[in-house]
Amino acid sequence: MRWRILASGMTNRFFGRRPRRLLVWTGCIAVGVLALAGLLAPWITPYDPLHQDLAIRLEGPSWRHPMGTDELGRDILSRLIAGARVSMRVGTAVVLLSGTVGVLVGGVTGYIGGRLDAFVTVIVINSLMAFPGILLAIALVAFLGPGLDRLVFALAIVGWVGYARLARGQAMKAKTLEFVEAARALGASRGRIFFLHILPSIAQPVLVQVSIGMAGAILAEASLSFLGLGIAPPDPSWGAMLNDGRNHLFDAPHMVVFPAATLAAAVLSFNFLGDAVRDWLDPKSVR
Amino acid sequence: MTGFLARRLALALPVVWVVVSLVFGLIHFVPGDPVAQMLGDGAAVREVARVRHELGLDRPIAQQYAAYITGLLRGDLGISIRNQAPVWEVIRASYPATVELTVAALLFSLITAIPMGAIGALRRNSLSDRMIGVVSLAGIAIPNFALGPLLILAFSIGLGLLPVSGRAGAMSVILPAITLGGGLAAMTTRMTRASLIEELSRDYVRTARAKGLSETAAVFRHAFRNGLVPLITTLGLQTGSLLAGAVVTETIFAWPGVGRLTVQAINARDYPLAQGCILVIALSYIAVNLVTDALYALADPRIRHD
Repeated sequence: MRWRILASGMTNRFFGRRPRRLLVWTGCIAVGVLALAGLLAPWITPYDPLHQDLAIRLEGPSWRHPMGTDELGRDILSRLIAGARVSMRVGTAVVLLSGTVGVLVGGVTGYIGGRLDAFVTVIVINSLMAFPGILLAIALVAFLGPGLDRLVFALAIVGWVGYARLARGQAMKAKTLEFVEAARALGASRGRIFFLHILPSIAQPVLVQVSIGMAGAILAEASLSFLGLGIAPPDPSWGAMLNDGRNHLFDAPHMVVFPAATLAAAVLSFNFLGDAVRDWLDPKSVR
Repeated sequence: MTGFLARRLALALPVVWVVVSLVFGLIHFVPGDPVAQMLGDGAAVREVARVRHELGLDRPIAQQYAAYITGLLRGDLGISIRNQAPVWEVIRASYPATVELTVAALLFSLITAIPMGAIGALRRNSLSDRMIGVVSLAGIAIPNFALGPLLILAFSIGLGLLPVSGRAGAMSVILPAITLGGGLAAMTTRMTRASLIEELSRDYVRTARAKGLSETAAVFRHAFRNGLVPLITTLGLQTGSLLAGAVVTETIFAWPGVGRLTVQAINARDYPLAQGCILVIALSYIAVNLVTDALYALADPRIRHD
């Protein structure tokens, strides 16, 4: 019975009151659809996203092609679904890589403090924060060259700093708490305290950051692909699709409208999910 | 105030040094021979050697670094391969366009966000507040590279009111400014609303109302002024981001600024020019952040004494 009450409390906190509940549900469903589309893309696209058919190029939305076709006669819906796979892959890889590095570096420096913390914070973190994120990503990708792995690397270099700052602050706060003092008094080693006590206390805010970080990574990948620096053609990417559509604003506006709407919906959904996770983990933040 | 500024400048110096070093190192990230990539597959070996010598890439890395730093101190950013002109000259020609666009985007954000945020706070939970909420949410969600083409579609192609691209006259800056400043306007609207709601619930506003001041005076002379202080920081930080966002916006609207120049330099593999553009945008970002700190300290004396 108790676990039921507890579970129902947590569910209520996650989904919140009515107007908010609608947004959270929308966010959760949209993220779920996006994740499923990404996972199942090779099997659920109505057409081969790379198949060109010049006879039907720039065709508007129809029953056969609900979102129309692009300048090479490729089905836009199929390319958007395949693009979801790319976005989710990049987003997940960037969040995993930058989150792991950021939490470890920020957590360790915040916990140990002293000169190591001063160096990492003043020199490394502040300097990277002084670089506008998207500019640093553009710079790295431009000089590293194209490719999915290089794109992920560049976005992770930009992204880990946010996690590190967050983890550092949390670790500094956590190390003064009584249960950490108690563990130290009982003779626990630094490593044991860090992994068993400090890290779990960092996990909560990081979870919120992960959801917002997914939106950021998807957006950054699309920005770079829009500039021609991300996913190389003919592979589908929402940003590259928008860039292609720019040249056909007069004769095929659907080439811009559908990728723009999909991208905005994805970003919004991850932000709703992030808000929901924050409210769920920290009931005090619910207004 | 002077002491505060000196401290902030001292803190900014190591950051500038790291940024400069990072930009210097970029060319060494290029897989393979950067000069061969710049000149293309058909370049003669002698030509590759000549350009490598010109760029100083045939020297030890420490010497290259020292030459880069001393060059920077003299305002020498190297020679653009594509333009065959000093990088600084090329950037200087484009810089005013970027500043113009950034200022226009900032003005657009302020002109739209502060009244919308104030209406939202003063008519909390009304229909207008909800509509403002929806518009600002959309503003945050739609990235500028999606917003730009959509605006062109609506205002240039659909209504025929504004030019599609280029920089010719006051009308041509409107769409790029909305595209670049849209996200900032949305964010500032939400911040203004939240900040004003908080201030309106404070005791001094209640006192102002209780002593018989008109609602307009209580809101605008008291709550509004205090509510706007935190906005300075956000706006300052975001102005720096506008400079970076200009890379995308300028590309969409063929706006002849440093952002578009960066993308053109990257596509042409003109690495010295790309390095110069990235450095100039990054240093401008740091400078804007410093000015923001100074403004914030000026507006709120508690910051100076922290």
